[in-house]
Amino acid sequence: MSPPLTPSLEDGERPLVKLIRSTGFKLAALHAVLLVASAVALGGFFWWSTAGYMNRQTDQAIRTEVKLLTARWRDGDGQALAQAIAQRLAEDSDNEEIFLLADETGRIVAGNLDRWPAEAKAEDTWYELALVRDGAPTIGRIFVLDLPDGGRLLVGRDVKQRLELRELVGDAVLYGSGLAVLLAGIGGVLVRRLLQSRIAPVAATASAIGHGDLSRRVPLSGADDDFDRLAETLNAMLDRIGVLMQGVREVSNAIAHDLRTPLARLRGRLEESLSSADPASLRGAVERGIAELDGIIGVFQALLRIAEIEAGARRSAFAGFDAAAVLADAADLYGAAADERGLVLAAALPPSLPMVGDRDMLLQAAANLLDNAIKFTPPGGRVTLAAERRGSEVVIAVSDTGPGIAPGDRPRVVERFYRAEASRATPGSGLGLALVQAVAQLHGGSLLLEDARPGLRAIIVLPAPEPAPEPDRALAPAA
Amino acid sequence: MRILLVEDDKDVARFVTKGLKESGHTVDHATEGREGLFLAASENYDVIVLDRMLPGGMDGLRLLETLRATGAKVPVLFLSALAQVDERVKGLKAGGDDYLTKPFAFTELLARVEALGRRGRSDAPVTRLAVADLEMDLLARSVRRAGRAIELQPREFRLLEFLMRHAGQVVTRTMLLEAVWDYHFDPQTNVIDVHVSRLRQKVDRGFAFPLIHTVRNAGYMLRAEA
Repeated sequence: MSPPLTPSLEDGERPLVKLIRSTGFKLAALHAVLLVASAVALGGFFWWSTAGYMNRQTDQAIRTEVKLLTARWRDGDGQALAQAIAQRLAEDSDNEEIFLLADETGRIVAGNLDRWPAEAKAEDTWYELALVRDGAPTIGRIFVLDLPDGGRLLVGRDVKQRLELRELVGDAVLYGSGLAVLLAGIGGVLVRRLLQSRIAPVAATASAIGHGDLSRRVPLSGADDDFDRLAETLNAMLDRIGVLMQGVREVSNAIAHDLRTPLARLRGRLEESLSSADPASLRGAVERGIAELDGIIGVFQALLRIAEIEAGARRSAFAGFDAAAVLADAADLYGAAADERGLVLAAALPPSLPMVGDRDMLLQAAANLLDNAIKFTPPGGRVTLAAERRGSEVVIAVSDTGPGIAPGDRPRVVERFYRAEASRATPGSGLGLALVQAVAQLHGGSLLLEDARPGLRAIIVLPAPEPAPEPDRALAPAA
Repeated sequence: MRILLVEDDKDVARFVTKGLKESGHTVDHATEGREGLFLAASENYDVIVLDRMLPGGMDGLRLLETLRATGAKVPVLFLSALAQVDERVKGLKAGGDDYLTKPFAFTELLARVEALGRRGRSDAPVTRLAVADLEMDLLARSVRRAGRAIELQPREFRLLEFLMRHAGQVVTRTMLLEAVWDYHFDPQTNVIDVHVSRLRQKVDRGFAFPLIHTVRNAGYMLRAEA
């Protein structure tokens, strides 16, 4: 039994636990905390700037009142003060001022409180007390002052409204926070659902691929958002894996199909040689057998090399080198062979062509193209190896005057072991162009096959190293 | 030559040992890394043929690195089933002098072993090579045979130089490709043969006896006698 490949979203956990564990919920909870904190901060600031201001105003007004009344007392006496208080109360249109004057025996002389508050004993002190004013209970902020004649004066303001305001603000903060938590809860569920609806297809695709269905891809929502970016990246990765898997499949098919034939030939030959009594013919059979085996080994090594290149493992061997020198080597190597076949091999190469890549691989790719061109071009023909830098590309072209490749065959000749009908009689493994294509792709380039009218032009287009090494981009004329 | 073969596969070892002995060499055989290192460090060999993957906790790379750390300069040929280009580079970096991948032709192995053994003996730089009536001046880059100057292309010069340095030894096509063209793959056609036959035209045609000989199923040899 293999463990599930993705943590299932539908496992046996209780829904609440799942909700709390979900990323969506955690995000929403964080949001809620921020909302509550900002509600408290806002309420606090609002309270401080309104109620606090009112408080300070009140204190200021009380102090002024105290000053006025003590001045009146000094000018006159207790009687005058009592009159002044009565007058103030009569003028108090807002109905919030509080006065109380007691004589030295504690008897109330003037004011609008029913009795002296029990708590207000100390002199020169601020109190905030529950009072009964004109028969109605209220809350007042008061200042108590002892008069020199033994009497006591109490001045204050009704602050019930202000306290109500404070309560209001407090309630607002409380309810606001509650609402924020509620919204966050709903938001958590919604965000979780949203995230899940975007993540579920990815998980489902990954799970399906894990179970062997490599054709599945993550669907794009079309929203062009981060999730679509992620899906595109994943799909590109899956495409690449698919290509590699396809390559492996093709190679195994090709090996099964194309190595069986030479193996069968080899087996037949060895079997035949067993029945031969003549030592000379026995020796000949064994020698032919070894030659056959060498051919099989060659095919095997070419296959492995292509696989190695396609896996991209060789990219670590990339280095700067002069492609012109490498191609000149290839032209030199094959020049004699072309001569032998009555062909002209012309090289049209720039004095230098800086390139970053795998020198050996590029040499082998060029060699394979030259080898093909020489093999398929009839005597008297011409093979041209040209290379140049074209803007941001390095272009290597091998043209011949041979029969070319039929347009219908061109996409297929780069496949492993594919050999066009016309080339069946020529020796070769059918791997040459597959290797050239693999080398081109390893370097981030491509292999193009064109009609050279007459003949074939095979073009390797590779990205050039940056920056452009020389402004002179003129291609030497085809010799 | 005294040759040490470190190879764990019994059949490969038997057939290599037999072939080398038939060619007139003395062969010691070790089947695992530690034994190989012990022999390599205590005896005097002309060439060591070393498998990469060995049993006994010490592989070919470690063996060679340890041996080279002691200052031993004996030429080493790696013989390995690890055929990837990177593996070859690893082998040469560890101090190997040549790298041959399995499966291999015995003639190829023999030619390379003999080439390595020869190299070990002549350390002094040479400025002049001579085989019979053929002379090569490496400084003036000129070639004469029987007193007659022979004009060679630069690549033909290098080809002849390699053959002359290994005069009397079999030189395989792959050895020529590697040494003269720095090309490390099997070309599908015998491009080398054409180059050698051109060189023959210049070096052998019109002279008393041929110097460049084809060795069947192996390669070429430059030698004075027929």
